[in-house]
Amino acid sequence: MAEQQIDQFTRRLDGKVRRAVRENSAAGTAKRAEILAADYGDPTPLRRLAGEIRQHAIENLDVHLAKAEDSLKRNGAEVHYAVTAGDACRVVSDILSRAGARKVVKSKSMVTEEIELNGHLEAEGIESVETDLGEYIVQIDGDHPSHIVKPIIHKSREDIARSFEREGLGDYDDDPETITRRARAWLRRKYFEADAAITGANFVTADSGRLVLVTNEGNSRFCLAATRLHIALVGIEKVVSGDADLAVLLNLLARSATGQQLTVYTEFIQGPAGSGRPSGPRETHVVFVDNRRTEVLASDCREILRCIRCGACLNVCPVYRQATGHAYRGVYPGPVGAVLTPLLAGKDFPAFADLPKASSLCGACNEVCPVDIPIPDLLLRLRNRAHAERLPSPGSPPMGPFAAMASRPWLWRMALRSGRVMDVGPVQKIPVPWMRAWLNTRTLPEWRGGKFRAWMRDRRKGGDET
Amino acid sequence: MSVPSQRPAGRKVLFMATCLCDAFFDNAARAAVEVLEHAGCEVIFPEDQTCCGQPAFNSGNWPACRKVMRHAAEVFNGDLPVVTPSGSCAAMLFHGAGIAFEGEPDREVIGQLAGRAWELADFLVNGLGVPSWPGRFPARVAFHQACHTRGTASGPAALRLLGMVEGVEVTPFGEGDQCCGFGGTFSVGFPHVSTSMGQLKLDHVRKATPDFLVSGDMSCLLHLGGLAGKEPGGAVPTLHLAEVLQKALRDDG
Repeated sequence: MAEQQIDQFTRRLDGKVRRAVRENSAAGTAKRAEILAADYGDPTPLRRLAGEIRQHAIENLDVHLAKAEDSLKRNGAEVHYAVTAGDACRVVSDILSRAGARKVVKSKSMVTEEIELNGHLEAEGIESVETDLGEYIVQIDGDHPSHIVKPIIHKSREDIARSFEREGLGDYDDDPETITRRARAWLRRKYFEADAAITGANFVTADSGRLVLVTNEGNSRFCLAATRLHIALVGIEKVVSGDADLAVLLNLLARSATGQQLTVYTEFIQGPAGSGRPSGPRETHVVFVDNRRTEVLASDCREILRCIRCGACLNVCPVYRQATGHAYRGVYPGPVGAVLTPLLAGKDFPAFADLPKASSLCGACNEVCPVDIPIPDLLLRLRNRAHAERLPSPGSPPMGPFAAMASRPWLWRMALRSGRVMDVGPVQKIPVPWMRAWLNTRTLPEWRGGKFRAWMRDRRKGGDET
Repeated sequence: MSVPSQRPAGRKVLFMATCLCDAFFDNAARAAVEVLEHAGCEVIFPEDQTCCGQPAFNSGNWPACRKVMRHAAEVFNGDLPVVTPSGSCAAMLFHGAGIAFEGEPDREVIGQLAGRAWELADFLVNGLGVPSWPGRFPARVAFHQACHTRGTASGPAALRLLGMVEGVEVTPFGEGDQCCGFGGTFSVGFPHVSTSMGQLKLDHVRKATPDFLVSGDMSCLLHLGGLAGKEPGGAVPTLHLAEVLQKALRDDG
């Protein structure tokens, strides 16, 4: 029987990994709810406001982006635009090669995952070291992040201890503190050796030209402390109109992502070192990356561009909790990934059209979303697009015949009466795939088609007793 | 979820039984009718009704969905409130329809139906303002709120109603806000994920040792009941919220 890829992945998944991801995600959801309730009571009005701020930002992106460019330049930064992932990689390697930079330290950035920057730099002979602990472990393992905020949610400390031993960071020791100390010592050396720092940005403000970066490990600060060249890769949708918006967005981001009131290091970077800014890199480059975001903006799913990458929708999602991040075959897992990955795939949409189906449409993602993205509605629109493009949907019953029946009352009533054959044992053995899929783990109740109708008719005739 | 702000709430109602009650759960539909009648309603059951269109909507086959919904709009035409014992079908009418008919010439016709749709508990509590419920039903119940009532008044309304029935004790259970794993065609398209979700829900429910698992939606109960029926843990008795209210009425004589 043809299987949906995510279901297949889940079936084969190691039980230990699934359990760890599920428990960690549930804990994240609980922490988020607790701190939002404690600080704001009902966070819904604030989420709605944040949603409007972000919707305004993306719907006026043409204005904000131009304004952000002006502000950034005024602050002494250089601004670049990259249409495709390849363009973005080339812009970065050009900047690096002009500066003669061979060693790069990098702080966590989803857009660099998206454009596969590390692989590109490696091919050019440039060393690029991830400095976020989780991303560093992903990098040495040749793995992919399985969560937007917690990239190694799928790994155990034993896994990590083995990787460190393999990489020559000391003998096997799975004590978390030892692991962290070893990474810290090793990364310190890398910071001093590096010629350039590559970061993302959580937000860019159009009015003041600030790059806003949040980290809990302080690694982005370290990246910028010892290097002379800073390149920030930023998805074009990260621009907000001004500093005032940050008051709402940063408060919601930290609480939604990690249950913190404020991320430990919340940096506001207003350009390279110069008058009034004695420290920091001498050169700042901001690369605005499109990579199909304008296509998303032009689509009926543009609300997904509000996303501030907090990961709350992953944590709360019952499907993510069972399937885990790698099931989604993309940079962005979980509900946000199920919308974004197919949209960013361009003409490869069919290869990812199954992702929006991997949802019970329970709406928990929308309920926790700090920018109130109607994720279930977007999943539905993508399902409709997949249907309009006549893409196959393994395991789902065909709806054409259903609709034919459900729009003809006489046929519907006949089906209600004849459904009784379902109760006959051998009929349940008929190999209709979707029927088998139900009956493998679930029973069906007794067929009682038409009984309610008969009861209603009897009562109308005056036999009003039950 | 967009819920219409102004909906008619008179005591003459059109009853949408739902396709699941039509096929399997006539008891729940009967209970809903009796409950509405107790609340003083004249209940009209349009015989030509079929389905709300949600299975096709969720499958992405929107042309099929619109075909079914256009039929529903014909069957339920007029100005009367449309009441259904399912948060999911109600949400299909007042939320899903608006999406499925974006850019369609008859969007307003569907919108007119959407503006009259009520989930049963919401209608009783917020439409009719039912203040109390007679009778007694001594039972510990675990109440599962259907996901399609998130952000609507249905969940709190159901708990209000359960709280009105003497003898009913609502017992909380772990991760109560997580989905049961049904999701319509999701349950057969992704049987492994769906089953795992449902088993987790059942584990939590069983730990709370309720006499009944109660919900305002038979779809969740179809899934959870079906899973329990095949598990070593054995059956978990399920009741629609309307059946709890009906049992209390019968006790009242």
